[in-house]
Amino acid sequence: MIWAGFLQRAIMQGVPLLYGSTGEIITEKSGNLNLGIPGIMYVGGISGVIGAFLYEQHAASVHPLPAVLIPLLCSIAGSLLMGLIYSFLTVSLRANQNVTGLALTTFGVGFGNFFGGSLAKLAGSDVASISLSTTSGYFRTQLPFADKCGWFGQVFLSHSFLAYAAVIIAALTAFILSHTRIGLHLRAVGENPATADAAGISVGRYKYFATCTGSVIAGLGGLYYVMDYANGVWSNDGFGDRGWLAIALVIFAVWRPNISIFGSILFGGLYIVHNYIPGLDVSGQELFKMLPYAVTILLLVVISMRRKREAQPPAHLGMPYFREER
Amino acid sequence: MAQQTHKTKEPLFHIAKRDAIVWWKAWGIRIAAILLALVVSGLVSFLLTGENPLRIYVTMLDGAFGTKRRIWGMLQNLAMLLCVSVAVTPAFKMRFWNIGAEGQVLVGGLASAACMILLGDKLPNALLLLVILAASVLAGALWALIPAVFRAKWMTNETLFTLMMNYIAIQLVSFFVYKWSVPKGSGQVGVINRATHAGWMPVIGKYDYLLNILIVAAITLFMYIYLKYSKHGYEIAVVGESENTARYIGIPVKKVIIRTMLISGAICGLAGMLLVSGTDHTISRDTAAGRGFTAIMVSWMAKFNPVFMVLTAFLIAFLEKGATEVSTAFGLNESFSDIITGIIIFFIIGCEFFIQYTVKFREKEAAK
Repeated sequence: MIWAGFLQRAIMQGVPLLYGSTGEIITEKSGNLNLGIPGIMYVGGISGVIGAFLYEQHAASVHPLPAVLIPLLCSIAGSLLMGLIYSFLTVSLRANQNVTGLALTTFGVGFGNFFGGSLAKLAGSDVASISLSTTSGYFRTQLPFADKCGWFGQVFLSHSFLAYAAVIIAALTAFILSHTRIGLHLRAVGENPATADAAGISVGRYKYFATCTGSVIAGLGGLYYVMDYANGVWSNDGFGDRGWLAIALVIFAVWRPNISIFGSILFGGLYIVHNYIPGLDVSGQELFKMLPYAVTILLLVVISMRRKREAQPPAHLGMPYFREER
Repeated sequence: MAQQTHKTKEPLFHIAKRDAIVWWKAWGIRIAAILLALVVSGLVSFLLTGENPLRIYVTMLDGAFGTKRRIWGMLQNLAMLLCVSVAVTPAFKMRFWNIGAEGQVLVGGLASAACMILLGDKLPNALLLLVILAASVLAGALWALIPAVFRAKWMTNETLFTLMMNYIAIQLVSFFVYKWSVPKGSGQVGVINRATHAGWMPVIGKYDYLLNILIVAAITLFMYIYLKYSKHGYEIAVVGESENTARYIGIPVKKVIIRTMLISGAICGLAGMLLVSGTDHTISRDTAAGRGFTAIMVSWMAKFNPVFMVLTAFLIAFLEKGATEVSTAFGLNESFSDIITGIIIFFIIGCEFFIQYTVKFREKEAAK
């Protein structure tokens, strides 16, 4: 069953993208174009690794519950802090969003690689590289009956709780955005902050809240990558360009988290499809890795040409809002 | 406002825009921010290494200025970063967020490498260099032209478009790197034309990087004059302030967008040539080394002024060299420099707020 294996790998590739894009969609809906998402995902991953590493090193015996909870909480705390830095600079200090986001990515990727490379040395431990197989094992606990369900089990039931959480969070976000008052207010802030402000919505508070929530969700993508996909082994730059791919997925999903659930699987598939094409040499593989980006550009062009109102970016995306300057 | 019938709670402080700020005050705030950032990064370094922060700063200075070689190395990094920063500046002044400099530099470098490999033994060197120049400039310009046309005609979001173009360029380079790799399948191109030096930019005297630095200096000066004194520069500024105003006074907005992006991309392509034909004599997907992204911060920190950009590019180049030295000296991972750079940029970004606005605290008798 090659295609079942392919689909399973595609979903695994897609989960970090789904987390990243759900987080970025929430952020962009508030009008903040957070280009720091790649950095935030690194920080989310490495914070979890730091937590798990310290716990594995210091605990007498490793219990499943804290082994999962500690990295999870560390990851959330790390990415929340990144979201706060971004919100403080862009909302409170009114700094340029693109510059802040790129600085955040530089910082975050550097932070991840630095601790990935030096954590063992800093903690005074003698292990050569960080390999958290025990913690990773707990993270990758599968549903007990996955093996018995044939290809369906392999494709859909063999994943870990973080993968299902990604889908649930995306679906929940889609519901909140389009069916609740909070979602309506959030969209109003992203479309036209001046109007939202006049209607009594606290623009700053929504931007802060959306950006921080988005960061935390995106950071979980980093955690999933190290703990599940990479089996608890942190390798520097291993996460690669997935953060940018997550931003591409936002466009592909036309700012709707429910579409990005399927989009993430498609992108994940495009990301690894070169492994499944027979007779492809290494250089050809590199061309195939272009696919997700090429598809995104094509879509970006199409949606801007068709000018369909539901498929446009939030009108004030990337623009600052200062009450006294409107 | 002071005479209110029922008491409303006045916030602890409010923010007001400054009319104008004397230049020394503005620079004072900036320098204070940099000093504060250095203190914070010293603290971070201390927490990570347990070394005396002063020793860390000394090591940083040594890494950037310790030997003649290091100074030249830093100047070269400074020049390359400055070149890309100057390239993205006209687009930013027009409020066109060209995040695709990384890709534009890479395709420029790719074009240079292609000419060096394919035409290396077929043309005399002077002619070859001209062909390389033309090819890399055209490649960079083309890479910028595509998003510019879509932005001008259909308002396609340029930030996202140029961002995606980077990765198309990176994969394209990867593709050719494997095609050309020496030995076959190694995934590395190696030094191109090592024996013949065909397509290598000439060296002035004994100074490997001097020609690069001079070229970048000339481009910087050109860009300063172009933006400040030419009609094009004025049009760019107006389009950046308000596209509607520009249209109203008869500036062809679409033409300005496309023309400006062509220039921006062309200089990026040239930067690619300086990197491939003038410095590395090889190509890889890391040839641009993130400069396309760093340049955005450098340009913004200099308020889009090419002359100030020398200072901000120097700051970043110094930090990178210095922090790299710190990481080797104290046995840390080389990404240490990214953390320090990030912290300093956060402070500089943040301090602009205090230059543009004042924070007024609540007074005793609530009078606004």
